Formats: sequence, C-alpha cells, structure tokens
Amino acid sequence: MADAQTAQARTQFGYRRHPDQDRSGAAMAEHPVVVVGAGPVGLSLAIDLAQRGQRVVLLDDADRIGEGSRAICFSKRSLEFWDRLGVGDRMVDKGVVWSVGKIFHGASQLYQFNLLPEEGHKRPAFINLQQFYAEAYLVDRVEQLPEIDLRWRNKVIALESRNDGLALTIATPDGSYQVHAAFVVACDGARSSLRQMVGADFAGQVFEDQFLIADVKMTAAFPTERWFWFDPPFHAGRSALLHKQPDDIWRIDLQLNPDADPVAEKRPENVRPRIERMLGHDKFEFEWISLYKFQCRRMAKFIHGRVMFAGDSAHQVSPFGARGANSGLEDAENLAWKLDRVLRGLSPEGLLESYHVERSAAADENIRESTRSTDFMAPVTRQEARLRQAVLSLARDTEFGKRMVNGGRLSVPSVYDTPLSTGDGDSWRGGPRPGASMLDAPVTEPGGGSSYLTDVFIKQGTRFTLLEFCNGAAADVPEGVGSIRVGGENGLVDAQGLAGKRYDAEPGTTYLLRPDGYVAARFRKAQRPAIDAALARASGVN
Amino acid sequence: MALSTNSNFAKPDDAFRAVVEAHRGLTEAQSADLDAALVLVLANHIGDIDVLREAIALAKRQMLDASQQQQQQQQ
Repeated sequence: MADAQTAQARTQFGYRRHPDQDRSGAAMAEHPVVVVGAGPVGLSLAIDLAQRGQRVVLLDDADRIGEGSRAICFSKRSLEFWDRLGVGDRMVDKGVVWSVGKIFHGASQLYQFNLLPEEGHKRPAFINLQQFYAEAYLVDRVEQLPEIDLRWRNKVIALESRNDGLALTIATPDGSYQVHAAFVVACDGARSSLRQMVGADFAGQVFEDQFLIADVKMTAAFPTERWFWFDPPFHAGRSALLHKQPDDIWRIDLQLNPDADPVAEKRPENVRPRIERMLGHDKFEFEWISLYKFQCRRMAKFIHGRVMFAGDSAHQVSPFGARGANSGLEDAENLAWKLDRVLRGLSPEGLLESYHVERSAAADENIRESTRSTDFMAPVTRQEARLRQAVLSLARDTEFGKRMVNGGRLSVPSVYDTPLSTGDGDSWRGGPRPGASMLDAPVTEPGGGSSYLTDVFIKQGTRFTLLEFCNGAAADVPEGVGSIRVGGENGLVDAQGLAGKRYDAEPGTTYLLRPDGYVAARFRKAQRPAIDAALARASGVN
Repeated sequence: MALSTNSNFAKPDDAFRAVVEAHRGLTEAQSADLDAALVLVLANHIGDIDVLREAIALAKRQMLDASQQQQQQQQ
C-alpha cells in the first residue's frame, strides 16, 4: 500500500494565484505558447519546448492526476522520446518490460509474436505503466524546468482570435482572467473544449460492442506477456485480454455484448464472477473498473489558425494496439521542434502545416489499424464472423492463418510521406528511408564507454544532426547541426556492426536526422550543397 | 501481375467438379464455412493484393449482374 499512497500524494496539486490574474485588457500578459491540458501529451510537449528554451504556460482544469490506469502500454518510440525529456529511466525502472504476445483460441494457444526479436536496442518494445505514474514523473520533470509555468485549476472558457495570436479567457477558483498567446496547443483530451471553441467537427465511427476494463490486484506467476483470447472457455463467444502492470496490478479487458447494461455490468458483484472464471480463483481486489465503447475518429484539420490539436483532442482510436497515448506522444515530439523554430524565426509559420500533414496521416493509419482489429474481434455480419472463424481455424495449422489473426496490431512509429523529406537519389538496400524514424544501435564511445545511437543523438542536442559512417574525411557539417560519426578517427566504434547493418551503411553514407529523430535525407556521398538543400527543405525554408 | 482470366487448367471440368464435389452433402451453412476457408487459402496462395482486388471486383460485378437479371425476370 505504501506505493499507492506515495502515488496518491504525488498526484494532488494546489491551485496558486498567478500575477497574470491581476492584469486585464490591454495589459493582459503575453505568452509565446499556452499548452492546454496536463496529461501525458501536454506535459511532454511542454517539457520538449522548455528544453529547447521556450517559455510555456501549461494549464489544466483539474488539480490532480486522473485515477485509474487508463493508458498502460508505452512504446519503444515513446520511451526514446521520454529519454530526450529526461524521464525515460524512471519510466522503465518502474514499468513492466515486455515484448512477447500470445494469442489463444478457446483453451489452446494459436501463436506467439515477439515485437522486438533482435538485440542491440536501448529500449524494449514496450513497457506497461499506469498512466498516473507516467504523469507524476512528467510533472516532477516539469517542476525542474523554470521555463514551464504549470497552473492547476485553470480552465479555458473562451478563445478569441487576434491578428498576432489568441486571447484566452481562463476560469479559476478566484474568478476569470485573460492572457494572450502567440500559439495555443490543445492537449485537452477526447472531449476537448477547445475543439468545440474553434467549431471543429470530430467525425468517425462508433463501435457497438462494449468492453469492460478491470484492473485487479493479485500476486500471480503469469509471465509478463500480452495474452489475448478469442472465445476463451471462461468467456464464451467473446474476446479477453490479460496484461501485467507494476505493483501486482493486472489489466483485464473483456468484450461484452452490444446490448449489455452498462450500469449493471460495472457493479463489482457482477464483474467478480467473470474474473473468477478467468483466473480460476477469487484472490484478487479491484483497483479500477470501467466500461466503454470505442470510437475511431479524427479532426479534419489538426491546425485551426494558431490553435494546434495534439493527442486525443485531435484523434481517437480503439485501445487494441496501444495507439492512443503513444500516437499523442508522437504528436508532441513532432510539433515541439517545429513550434520552437517558428517562434525563433528560424522557419516560416508554414513549417507547422507539416505537423498536420504528418500527424493526420499517422492518425489515419492508427485508425485503420485499430478499426481492423476491432472488426476482427467483433465481426459485424454473419459472413464476417464466418471469415474470422475460418482464419482462426486455419491458424492452427498454417503460418498464413496465424498472421491473419488480428488481436491488436501494436503501435509502431509511422513513416511520413512529407514535403520535409528529400527523396532518395542514391540506391539503398535497406536502412530507414526519409520520413522514417531513426533506428537504435549499440556503439562504443572513442573513450571506451558503451552507448546507443539514440543517446548520442540526445548528447548532440536533439537537433538537426548528421549521422555519418566515415571513410576518412569528415563531412562538412553546417553550423548549428549536430554530428554523429561512426568509424574513422575519433568516431564511435560499431563493434557489433549493427549500426552499419541497420543503416545499410557504406563508407561515406550520411543520414540527416530531424530534431525529432526522423530521417530527412540520406546520401551515399554527402556533398555540402545537397546537405544544405535537404536541411532547408526539412526546415520548411524552400 | 494482372488477374488472369484465360483458361489456366488443362482440364477445366476437373477443377469445377473438384469444387462442386467439395460442397456435396453439406448444409448451406457448412458450404458457406467451406467457401470462406477456401477463399482465404487461395487468396494467400495468390499472394498479390492487386490480383486479389481485381478478382473481388470481377466476382462482385458478376454477382450484381446476376441478381439484377433475376429481378428483371421476376418483374
């Protein structure tokens, strides 16, 4: 219980009156960026902006971190982002590391998959961690950064466009006040009030099937794997999921009939027998019970004037695939460096449009994947059910059948088709193409210390960086651009050859990485004019 | 690769009979189950999403034409 109490204590925050509240009208305070919503996305975005030197006002209408586990699966990509924000170690130390998933049909196992079957990555495929821990660690980090002004119980109630930004009216326990912001980022969740204020629609598909989530506390010897059942003996005809979290908490997800009564189903006395059948015993306590229907939808435009939407406020998916929180974090890492450049006057405001282009395409992909999973779990027509049954039966004996079984396709970083990329001019047999995220690999520092490419990228300042596989003469690195050199004199040593292999490297191979770690361009022989052109394109200056 | 609608079997009657006989003695529901599995097995064997989409389009066109004709005959 000590752990839970510590978590509890960490999640209560006090409202404090701010001097901005005594200013009004022409004297209202002016801020470069106001981020609305201190969930995982808003907190991470604020930290990224602050680390880039931007002052951020972060508003949240509550004074505490939400209850329940909610999001639990955080991807390798999210952990790499959190490493840059200085919170990766805390998340991984507390989290439950996993990479194996098993799919069962009835009482028997159909197949298992490993999401990260190879060695040589700093971070695992996934950790499971209750969202409230992630938020608490992010708040701790925010409190170390004087650039961030986090204001609890500050609720935006009106938004008014100005020529040079927006005026926000904010309600507090002491009444309302106004501030001016050059840019506003709405990270205020699926029921975003800012989305309503800009009059944007939020269209998509609602699924009829209901799902019951229960987090239960018990000591059990199940392995730290994701177990998914179709038609299990303990829950006939439906699907079920079991997943481990820290503190001996287990996430259980049970599909219910579309016509199940939500109020009755949620009562512990009704949930308990189902879970007892699943676990085969009654030695557990409930931590959290929730009943929900899925929606898959997104905003048509993620940018409305100078208001940008990130995370659940912009897009919603079903939970099978861990594509909610992880895609929101990808939004944050995508937006932070662009907003920083625009605020510094290094890039035109048009660079922000690429945030919409890249992340709305990612949202489409996430919606497509999670819709397919949901349809597979809850077939709509009889023939659809028949096809699914055929897949499940074929999966017993055939490889292709196993691969067609869809119990959730887990979040991987999107590959962007984006105007910021410079297309390949040389020939490549592998490696991340422009628009894909950088791949990790183990390297040895010239001094002998072992490290990873993702860590070296952070040490280089999380900015535009040339990753070069040397052949003697170093590339001519433009000013302000980081440099990672593998091989050559004083370069990193690729002792296991994994960096070279993962980047399809030959002597002279050079990748231009964006500040979010995505590949902007790559060359077999890097010439300065080509690097400059790719850099300009990736900065939105062209 | 495009969908081939040439006659690919040396003995087309054998192929047709093989499918027909697989359905002999089955209920409608069993036949539908068999077809579902068979379609997936064959689709995987083809292994080309464009060919599969062409095949689906062709089959769907035939199905719609046939049901339209049936309606006209009933009127």
